[in-house]
Amino acid sequence: MDLSYSAASESFRLEVAAFLDANWDARAAAAAPDRREREAALRRKAVECGYLYRGIPRQYGGSEQQPDILKAHIIREEFGKARAPMEIPGVGVQMVVPTLLECGSQWQRDFFVPRTLAGEFRWAQGYSEPDAGSDLAAVRTHAELVDGHWLINGQKTWSSLAHKAHYMFALVRTDRNAAKHAGLSYLLLDMKQPGITVRPLKQITGDSEFCEVFFDNVRTPQDWIVGEPGQGWAVSKTTLSHERSGFIGSAATSVTLFGKLVELARNTTLNGKPALEDPVIRERLAMLDGYVSAHQYSSYRQFSMAAHGQDAGIAPMMNKLVNTRIADDVAAIARDLIGASLVVAPPLGKGGGNEKWVNQFMGSLGLAIAGGTSNIQRNLIAERGLGLPRDISTEFLSKAYL
Amino acid sequence: MNFLLSPEQLEIQSAVARFLDAECPSTRLHELFDAADGTPDPALWQGLLDLGVAALALPEEYGGMGLELVDLALVAEILGSRAAPSPFLGHVLAALAIDLAGSAEQKQRWLPALADGSLSATVALAEEGDAWQPDQWRIAAQAAITGCKQFVTHAAQADLIVVGLAGGRLGVVLAGADGLSICAQDVVDRTRPCSVVRFESSPAELLDGGIEAAERLRDAALVLGAADAYGGASRCVAMAVDYAKLRRQFGVPIGQFQALKHQLADLAVDIEPARGLYWYAAHAWDRLPEQAPRAAAQAKAHLADRYLHIARRTVEAHGGIGYTWEFDVQIFLKRAMFNHAWNGAPALHRARAATMAGW
Repeated sequence: MDLSYSAASESFRLEVAAFLDANWDARAAAAAPDRREREAALRRKAVECGYLYRGIPRQYGGSEQQPDILKAHIIREEFGKARAPMEIPGVGVQMVVPTLLECGSQWQRDFFVPRTLAGEFRWAQGYSEPDAGSDLAAVRTHAELVDGHWLINGQKTWSSLAHKAHYMFALVRTDRNAAKHAGLSYLLLDMKQPGITVRPLKQITGDSEFCEVFFDNVRTPQDWIVGEPGQGWAVSKTTLSHERSGFIGSAATSVTLFGKLVELARNTTLNGKPALEDPVIRERLAMLDGYVSAHQYSSYRQFSMAAHGQDAGIAPMMNKLVNTRIADDVAAIARDLIGASLVVAPPLGKGGGNEKWVNQFMGSLGLAIAGGTSNIQRNLIAERGLGLPRDISTEFLSKAYL
Repeated sequence: MNFLLSPEQLEIQSAVARFLDAECPSTRLHELFDAADGTPDPALWQGLLDLGVAALALPEEYGGMGLELVDLALVAEILGSRAAPSPFLGHVLAALAIDLAGSAEQKQRWLPALADGSLSATVALAEEGDAWQPDQWRIAAQAAITGCKQFVTHAAQADLIVVGLAGGRLGVVLAGADGLSICAQDVVDRTRPCSVVRFESSPAELLDGGIEAAERLRDAALVLGAADAYGGASRCVAMAVDYAKLRRQFGVPIGQFQALKHQLADLAVDIEPARGLYWYAAHAWDRLPEQAPRAAAQAKAHLADRYLHIARRTVEAHGGIGYTWEFDVQIFLKRAMFNHAWNGAPALHRARAATMAGW
């Protein structure tokens, strides 16, 4: 057990820090009218140096580095410290790119991947439907080949930022006679065409991030399918595994959130004293701190196992539930700290006082649902992790997430 | 950055596990648990001594193996996972106390015999009113001590008792000393029987170390308790899961029902990610001493709480059989109760951790 970094790692850290020092000024960029251009320029240089898009071949715009989880970790830390932009956030880079690299055709990789990495192409996810949520393979949106094009009709929902997306990746039914999973295909389609109606859904927070998308004789070329017709399920599993291993399990989010909660307690007055001095608040914070620290050390361990080529077993399956639990506990403590601010409508953008915690209070509910609900996670842990027998009614959905 | 166990550490754990599975299976565990006098099984303890558990974290110059607290904690996890009745806890803490606070001569005199087990020992910490902490000890640190300690594990078998004294001093009282009386307490966790120990002008040999040594000892005890709790809680989840696979009702294994399945998943999520708390606390004790007191307090508080919660839910998950004396779960529940209270309750250590965080 050794939590220090080797001399080689320390020198790599210095190299990254020096690069950022020379190429990025967070304060200047925040105020600059050409902020986006500055971010894009930094990304290009960072790719040249091998700091970003490390797993992606150079021919597609990546930096094609040997996998090195330690270096990746140091890069994340240093970019975080410098408040420098990293990879373009969102489903395009996190889901579409790895899926195309694994299952896409050559022209699809050549055309979509570099532009997605550069942020030129934004993507929407077309998975869930009104009657296909946890039971994803029940999708009914239909596509049939007509004159060299797929003709698509149906409806998708919970599609994040679809109103701002250029393209969608969608799971659709191309064979109604085949078995549930075997009749599905994975299509790419242009969002800017007649027949597509995007309706943003107003969320519980008042914000609008995800959308309903309606397809009325929408067309996409025959070769915009990823994999073969009928292989959509397998292709979508590739995408889901990237989603789960990627941005949902990280302990860093929980650690940061907990730090903000402690600051809230420090700055809130309760019975004439800082709430942080109140014995009940201290006990609740310390209890939660136990979960946060456990999560952090568990991520050290998962990280170390990955770095040493070991299978971390059941632990990675638990990350999402742990994050959800922590966010839920934070919401409960913040609720009691902000007092009557709980009844104030939260700001949609930046700014605002304590009522901005109302966003966290409601937003933490989304964590229990997005990317596989908490009960789906429990099925996974119980069946896949603990080896408990499958429930017949959940057999299909379990496959969906494995 | 390497937060993993070495192959040697994994081998220590698996050697102790193999030994206990062979020599202390469920049937033997119940025999020992039900033995009236609380005397440890000499063969079981000797077997553990032969594996080196008492020598593990002592310096090589005094007959030890020169390893660290993290290695000792890894053994504590395995003992916890088998609810093994043994004087391990008191014995290794007494030896650590002498190593932390004793003079070279005192170490030379006692540690080699404690390392090979030819001398047995325990620690006397708590005084009336849940006074576990070094700054709460009241027995005056003199050549002859007078006072009373509670919850002293395996006291009747100990050749040597390390006693916590006022000002955070530590003293050694030998078995048979004048004015020493040991009265067994009727406790729930019979794998670690406890006594009330009274001193009436009993001769005590003071160790040199001050309260810093006593606080290091307290932190080590917290880490070992946390490790035992992690082991016990993990075993409880495994028992509940195994039972859910075997037990059939309505024609299917009950583990197929989502209500139970989800409860079991929640128990697993409650404990599996938390092993790092005791790993980190032990590692900090060994290598990052400024972080050790807070990490130890947090590990004990969290894991002792989780263990008790999980043990209670494990009884429930077994139905009627879980509520019986003859089934194993009751022994684990009682270990969890011991771990919760011994060396201070979780709420106390959370309050300490909060203060140490600068809150």
